[in-house]
Amino acid sequence: MRVTMTVNGRPQEADDVWEGESLLYVLRERMGLPGSKNACEQGECGSCTVRLDGVPVCACLVAAGQAQGREVVTVEGLAGPDGRLSTVQQAFVDAGAVQCGFCTPGLLVAADELLERHPEPSDGDIREALSGNLCRCTGYEKILDAVRLAAARTGQAV
Amino acid sequence: MPRTAAGAPRTTVRPPRAAAVPGRAPTSLTQGAAGAGGGVGASTLRPDGVLKVTGEFAYSSDLWHEDMLWGHTLRSTVAHARILAVHTGEALATPGVHAVLTYDDLPTEVRTYGLEIRDTPVLAHGKVRHHGEPVALVAADHPETARRAAARIRVEYEELPVVTDEASALGPDAVLVHEDREDHHSGHVPHPNVVHRQPVVRGDADAAAARADVVVRGEYVFGMQDQAFLGPESGLAVPAEDGGVDLYVATQWLHSDLRQIAPVLGLPESRVRMTLSGVGGAFGGREDLSMQIHGCLLALRTGRPVKMVYNRFESFFGHVHRHPARLSYEHGATRDGRLTHVRCRIVLDGGAYASSSPAVVGNAASLSVGPYVVDDVDLEALALYTNNPPCGAMRGFGAVQACFAYEAQMDKVAAELGLDPVEFRQRNAMRQGSVMPTGQRVDAPAPVAELLRRVKAMPMPPEQQWRTTEGADVRALPGGLSNTTHGEGVVRGVGYAVGIKNVGFSEGFDDYSTARVRIEVINGEPVATVHTAMAEVGQGGVTVHAQIARSELGVTQVTIQPADTRVGSAGSTSASRQTYMTGGAVKNTCEAVRERVLDIGRRRFGTHHPAWATAELLLEDGRVVTDGGEALALVADVLGDESVDLELEFRHRPTQAFDLRTGQGDGHVQYSFAAHRAVVEVDTELGLVKVVELACAQDVGKALNPLSVAGQIQGGTTQGLGIAVMEEIVVDPRTAKVRNPSFTDYLIPTILDTPTIPVDVLELADSNAPYGLRGVGEAPTLSSTPAVLAAIRQATGLELNRTPVRPEHLTGT
Repeated sequence: MRVTMTVNGRPQEADDVWEGESLLYVLRERMGLPGSKNACEQGECGSCTVRLDGVPVCACLVAAGQAQGREVVTVEGLAGPDGRLSTVQQAFVDAGAVQCGFCTPGLLVAADELLERHPEPSDGDIREALSGNLCRCTGYEKILDAVRLAAARTGQAV
Repeated sequence: MPRTAAGAPRTTVRPPRAAAVPGRAPTSLTQGAAGAGGGVGASTLRPDGVLKVTGEFAYSSDLWHEDMLWGHTLRSTVAHARILAVHTGEALATPGVHAVLTYDDLPTEVRTYGLEIRDTPVLAHGKVRHHGEPVALVAADHPETARRAAARIRVEYEELPVVTDEASALGPDAVLVHEDREDHHSGHVPHPNVVHRQPVVRGDADAAAARADVVVRGEYVFGMQDQAFLGPESGLAVPAEDGGVDLYVATQWLHSDLRQIAPVLGLPESRVRMTLSGVGGAFGGREDLSMQIHGCLLALRTGRPVKMVYNRFESFFGHVHRHPARLSYEHGATRDGRLTHVRCRIVLDGGAYASSSPAVVGNAASLSVGPYVVDDVDLEALALYTNNPPCGAMRGFGAVQACFAYEAQMDKVAAELGLDPVEFRQRNAMRQGSVMPTGQRVDAPAPVAELLRRVKAMPMPPEQQWRTTEGADVRALPGGLSNTTHGEGVVRGVGYAVGIKNVGFSEGFDDYSTARVRIEVINGEPVATVHTAMAEVGQGGVTVHAQIARSELGVTQVTIQPADTRVGSAGSTSASRQTYMTGGAVKNTCEAVRERVLDIGRRRFGTHHPAWATAELLLEDGRVVTDGGEALALVADVLGDESVDLELEFRHRPTQAFDLRTGQGDGHVQYSFAAHRAVVEVDTELGLVKVVELACAQDVGKALNPLSVAGQIQGGTTQGLGIAVMEEIVVDPRTAKVRNPSFTDYLIPTILDTPTIPVDVLELADSNAPYGLRGVGEAPTLSSTPAVLAAIRQATGLELNRTPVRPEHLTGT
C-alpha cells in the first residue's frame, strides 16, 4: 500500500508498504530517517519515541497505516531549519547526558514534549515523563541535569 | 498492493540519497574550532554529541546499502539435542530468499571460533548445546521475508538430558557438554565439565582459623545478569571486488573479531576490512562475536551486501551474559576486629561455550577476598560447562559476584563482633604496600578506608522525602505509580560496601594498544589527526583522545578518524582499560610526534635562540615554548608544508600468570576502588523496594574528563542496582530454556527506579599509569549491589543471600 504523512513538517510518502510494517520501519527504512531507534519492538524502551499529532508514541507499536495523513515529528525534526540545535538538544550535549546515545533520540522527543506541556517540571515530573525511556549507560543523572538545564534556559529566554 | 506469491512483503526501497557507500557510514569527528574542547582534565563535550542528538550519528543498525539483503539467524528451540536433519528446501523456495546456509555450507575446515578457546560453532553441527544456538542463516530482500523463511526451515532434534548446575555437571553420571575437549585447560581441570579452575592459597588458613574468635559462614547465589545494551547486535557486510569483504559492525575489539572471522571465511586478514560502526552500548556483551561471521558468509554467498540486525528477543540469545554464581564463604576474625582467614569456593556457570570464562575465573579467584588484608587464605573459583546460555564478559568480570558475597560476609562478621560495619572494614582495609592473596604487592595508592570515610560523610537524604502537604508523592515511594502505599509499612535502611577491581588484561596477556597521530598545518593552524582502532562504545574515548592530543601537541583542532583495521590493534574496550591503554597509546605517540616537530624546529630555527638546545620544550597554543613559558616559534612556521605522522604501540608493564596450584603471581596491572552507601525504603507488606539514594566515592587516579567520569560512575552504579533488585535472566532448571528474553520480562532500571547518585571523586595518582589515571568503568558496578542488599537487610532484618532480591524474598511468600 501507499502511505502518506507529514514528517517533520514535510509531506512524505512510501510505496509498497506491507501492512505489517510499523511506522518505525517506514521512517527508518523507507523514508531515510534512522534517527528514531529500534531497540525492543514492544514499546518497552522508548528508543523509537516520536510525536504523532503531537502525542509521544512508540513508533514500533504504530502500524504504518495508522499514520496515514497524520503529522509525525521525529528527532530529526527538533533542530531549527538552519540546523541550530533546540534548547533540549543543546542541554543534552552540554550536560553530558549522551554516552552511547542510542536512547537519546527517544529521550529528546519525550523531554521536548514534557517541557512544552510543563515548562517548570519538578524532578518527579521529569522522572515520570521519561519513565518509558530506558537508558543503560548514564544512570539517568545527567539526563535529569539536561532537562533541568533546558527548563532553566527556556525560562530565561521567556 | 502488489504481492508476491507467498503474500510476503516486497523489497525495501529507500529514497535516493547522496552517494555515500554504504549509506550512513561512520565519519571522522572534528572538534576544536571556535574554542570547543579543552585538554586533559577539562570536562570537554563529546565530539559525537551533536550527531547523536540530531539523529545523524550512524549506528550499526542504521547502515544501508543499495541492493542490500537482510540476514536472519535460525536458532535452536531446545537446549541440548542431537541434530538429526535440517530441511531447508521450503525456505529456499520462498520468493525473495537469496540464500539459506547451514553447517554444510561453511567454506573452510575452520568452523568454530572463541575468545580464549575455539569451541563455539559458527553454525551448529551434530548437536546444539544451548537454547538459541545458531543453526542456519537466511538472506532475503525484506527482513520479514527472511524471518518467515527461517521459520520454514525444519530441524529434527533428538533431545538430550541437560546439564544445568553443579550437581548435574560434576555428578557421577554427568553428561559431558564437550565430550572431546582438547583445549589448554582440559589437562588441569578436575572434570571435563569444568572450563577452568583457579585456586589461590597463601599462608595457613587452618592454623589461622584456630586463632579466630568468631567464624562466619555463608552461602550466596548471584543471578544471571544481561548487559542489555540498547543498540542491538547489527552490522553490514559488503562483498568486495578482491573476493574479500568489508564489514561495518558494532564491537568492542575490531582486531579480535578479525582474528576469529578471517579463518572461518578462508580469507587472509588483509581481505576482511573492518570498520567500527556506531555502538549502542556494550558492557562486555560485544566481546564475543554475534552476527559478524554470519553476515560475511551471507554476503560472500549472495554477492550482495547483507545487513543483519537482531531484534531484542534475539539479542538475548545473541550475546553472552554475566555468569550466575554460587559462592560459599568462611571468614574468621578476632575479638578486636581483625580478619584471621578467608576460605571460599566460587562456582560460576559458564554455560555451553567457554567465551571468556577462564579469565573470569582468574579474576574471581584473585579478587575473592576483596580490598582487605588477609594473610591466610584458601580460595577457589571455577567455571562449569552446562547447557545454560553461554556466559562471559560483563562489566566487573568475576569481581562483581565475589564482591556481593564478601561484602555480605563483612557485615555478618561485624554484626557478630558488635562492630560498626564501616569501621570493621576500615580496620581490615588494604592500603598501598599491602599484599594481595596472590602475593602481589599493591604498589599504587589504595585508599579503601578513605573512600569508606568519604561516602559515609556525604549528607544523608532527608527522611520521608515522599511526604507532601497533600500526603504523599507516590512516585517517590516503593511501588511508585502503582499507588500501593502512601507510606504505610515503609521502612528505611542504610548499607555500605566497597570493592576492588583489576584494570586491564591480566595473567601475562600481551595487552597493547596502537595509535597513529599526524600533525600538519591547515589554514595556518597546526591540526592533529588521531587514528586508532579503539571501539567507542559510549565511554567517551573519542573525547579523551582529542583532549590528550590538545594537551600534548598544543593544538586546538583535532580530527578523530573512524576506528578500523587499517591501523594496529587497540585491544578491547573492556576491563576498564581503554583510557589507560589507547589513551596511553595516543599520549605516547603524541610525545613522539612532538619530538619530531621539535627536531624539525631545531633544524630550521635552532640557531635563532639558545633555548632550542634545551631538552624541555613543549607545544602550547600552537607555539613551541620553553618550560619557563617563553615562546620560540609558531608550530605552523616550524612545520610549513611538512607533516609528522607516526604509528606506535603502547604496553603496560608485564604481568604474570597465576600459578595453577597456588594462584600466586603478579597477575594484575592496576587496581581500582569504589565504595557505595545505599539508602533504601522497603514496603515490608508487599516486598517492594525503592532505592532512595546510592552515593559513591571512587578513586580514579586522575580524571581526564570529570564529566565523563561522573557519567561512568553513575552508569555503573545503576547496573549494580539492577542486579540487586530486578535484573535476572531466568533459565528453566528442567529444560535450560530462557524464560524472559525481552524488555517486558527482563527488567532494567528506569529513571523512576534509579535514585540520585551523588559522586565523590578522589584523584590519587598511580605513577605507573598515563597521567596517573585509573580505569573507571567497572569499579562502581561492584560495590553498588552489596550496598543495596545491605540496606535492604538493615530495613527488613532478613538474611537475603541471593541477588536479585524479589518481593517474595521480603514477604516470605
